[in-house]
Amino acid sequence: MSTTPAFERARSEGRAALIGYLPAGFPDVPGAVDALHVMVDAGCDVIEIGLPYSDPVMDGPTIQAAAQQALDAGCRTTDVLRTVEAVAATGTPTLVMTYWNPVERYGVERFAADLASAGGAGLITPDITPDAGDAWIAAADAHDLDKVFLVAPSSTDERVAMTTAASRGFVYATAVMGVTGARTTTSDLAGPLVTRARALQPKDAHLPVGVGLGVSNGDQAAVVAAYADGVIVGSAFVRTLLDAGTDRAAGLAALRTLTEDLAAGVRRGDAGGA
Amino acid sequence: MTSTSRYDADDRGYFGEGGQWGGRFMPEALLAALDELTAAWTEAMADPSFIGEFEAILRDYANVPSALYEATRLSEQVGCRVLLKREDLNHTGAHKIRNVLGQALLTKRMGKKRVIAETGAGQHGVASATAAAYLGLDCTVYMGAVDTRRQALNVARMQLLGAEVIAVDTGSGTLKDAINEAFRDWVSSVDHTAYLFGTAAGPHPFPTMVREFCRGIGDEARAQVLERYGRLPDAIAACVGGGSNAIGLFAGFLDDEEVAIWGFEPGGDGVETGRHAATITAGGSGVLHGARTYLLQDEDGQTVESHSISAGLDYPGVGPQHSHLAHIGRARYAPVTDAAAMEAMALLARTEGIICAIESAHAVSGALDVARELAATKGPEAIVLINLSGRGDKDMGTAIEWFGLGDAQKDVEA
Ligand SMILES: Cc1ncc(COP(=O)(O)O)c(C=O)c1O
Repeated sequence: MSTTPAFERARSEGRAALIGYLPAGFPDVPGAVDALHVMVDAGCDVIEIGLPYSDPVMDGPTIQAAAQQALDAGCRTTDVLRTVEAVAATGTPTLVMTYWNPVERYGVERFAADLASAGGAGLITPDITPDAGDAWIAAADAHDLDKVFLVAPSSTDERVAMTTAASRGFVYATAVMGVTGARTTTSDLAGPLVTRARALQPKDAHLPVGVGLGVSNGDQAAVVAAYADGVIVGSAFVRTLLDAGTDRAAGLAALRTLTEDLAAGVRRGDAGGA
Repeated sequence: MTSTSRYDADDRGYFGEGGQWGGRFMPEALLAALDELTAAWTEAMADPSFIGEFEAILRDYANVPSALYEATRLSEQVGCRVLLKREDLNHTGAHKIRNVLGQALLTKRMGKKRVIAETGAGQHGVASATAAAYLGLDCTVYMGAVDTRRQALNVARMQLLGAEVIAVDTGSGTLKDAINEAFRDWVSSVDHTAYLFGTAAGPHPFPTMVREFCRGIGDEARAQVLERYGRLPDAIAACVGGGSNAIGLFAGFLDDEEVAIWGFEPGGDGVETGRHAATITAGGSGVLHGARTYLLQDEDGQTVESHSISAGLDYPGVGPQHSHLAHIGRARYAPVTDAAAMEAMALLARTEGIICAIESAHAVSGALDVARELAATKGPEAIVLINLSGRGDKDMGTAIEWFGLGDAQKDVEA
């Protein structure tokens, strides 16, 4: 499976895709599956499942707290793959977002094979750039998986070109210089970065550009959807579950409301696409 | 940097055949900064005026070159010559000042006004705060919350020097988490901030750059031993946390194949107990903080918390060049327990009148075993050189607890 059909469908509807993130194992393994099903149901076009990791340098406090809770509860790499299987079964393209060491420890080739057989669409690798990713690129290609690499406002043109050429599925544009976390205003660095990621990619590649970091409501999603192919939301989803504490039903209800708001937002933004 | 020996990294920061160790496993957002740093550092190292300024500051401000001292009473205990490279006599009390002055000087050259640093024991934080004060830079230091408690004196020193100290209570609240937090700061401040990395670990160019700023330890020691004894030492030894003092010493001797190289890791309660920080002895290959290296991890590649009586060695990773040297056998690494290190600290104090850092005591303990063996095979003329990386003032609280010190004898029994 790939994320490409989801982006194509959104594009044909004249809108951006909504990409939702939650870490596996949060609040626990079945709880995350329930939550991800709600997100699919309420309008996410693509799902990212975080692999909880002990040293998540790119994540802010919200996601780190959720990942730590998952780890403390004993979430394992195999649980992440089980979660992928349960979500991919809905037909929604499902990626894993992971720091590198757990993949290397599991075995790069074995991870790619097991992810593919769980129905996963590919990997987002926050601490692997294409120039450090030979092993992953080979395994992804062998198993027909998406390779989602990141570009940042600080990336040189040369690096944007290299990164978009190596990506498959979409390229992840980090809209601000900073870690994950909901923000009250969106970044003015994002628009120019999306423009560069479109202009500097190989001719005729039509690689969608997803924008992440900071979006927390439908209005912000609409702003981003006006210039990006995908709007990526993580911390805001995690926050609804953290805030609900042990009241699972309330957490899922809040998650549904937020997803619907964001899904409406990506439909409000004037036509996403390139 | 052009590679000069098979022990060095290639242009992309990989050590070893096929690029086994090191590299740059980092968020894209920081790669431009790492490229900028690499370029600025390479250019600076080729500029005689930069090297001249660095050496002048070390000499006039930091009291470097440090002395080489023959510890005669300690030597008597083991049966051959024991030499101490007295990095404990440097300004701020440790080898760390070399690295920090080098990086801070580079920061100025790059036109940046703010530095951040992470610290475990607080020594690197103190050195960073010192260099920032000396060069007029703003300074923020990240320190694990656990470490701020066990090293309160160093927190106060940093504050007096004008640095802001931020306690990090995520994860295990120790050095590795302080590093994570410093990286997070750096992602959002990289346009005006330099990250003064405290050890020879992390992404390229840090392992090589930190080594080059610390290599005076080994170059000076080699020249000092040659001048005084007319030959090279039989063995050299240093403690290994992230590995900066050790690689600084080792760098001077790597091409002297006849010199045995020893790194001593924190064995904590004993490697077999699982409560230790003996990364090379008991860890496995993986990626942490931007480099492929040995690290302490569980079956899923999650970092395992390390333990050491010495906050400065309490780190689950190690610099990638050490992984390379261990892998090819050029250097040997062995664990020293908390108890053995504390015993060596006391022995050094009582035989030589030197109170060393607990970090350095690990090197002393391991090196004395090496010396005893050498004395047995090569006799009294054998030379063992130990890097005494720092002084023990910061560790007096730990020593008081460990040995039950501090209560003066009140009256003499009849
Ligand atoms: C005196 C001393 N020695 C050694 C170390 C360990 O660091 P490294 O292994 O980088 O030399 C420290 C760290 O704080 C230290 O303070």
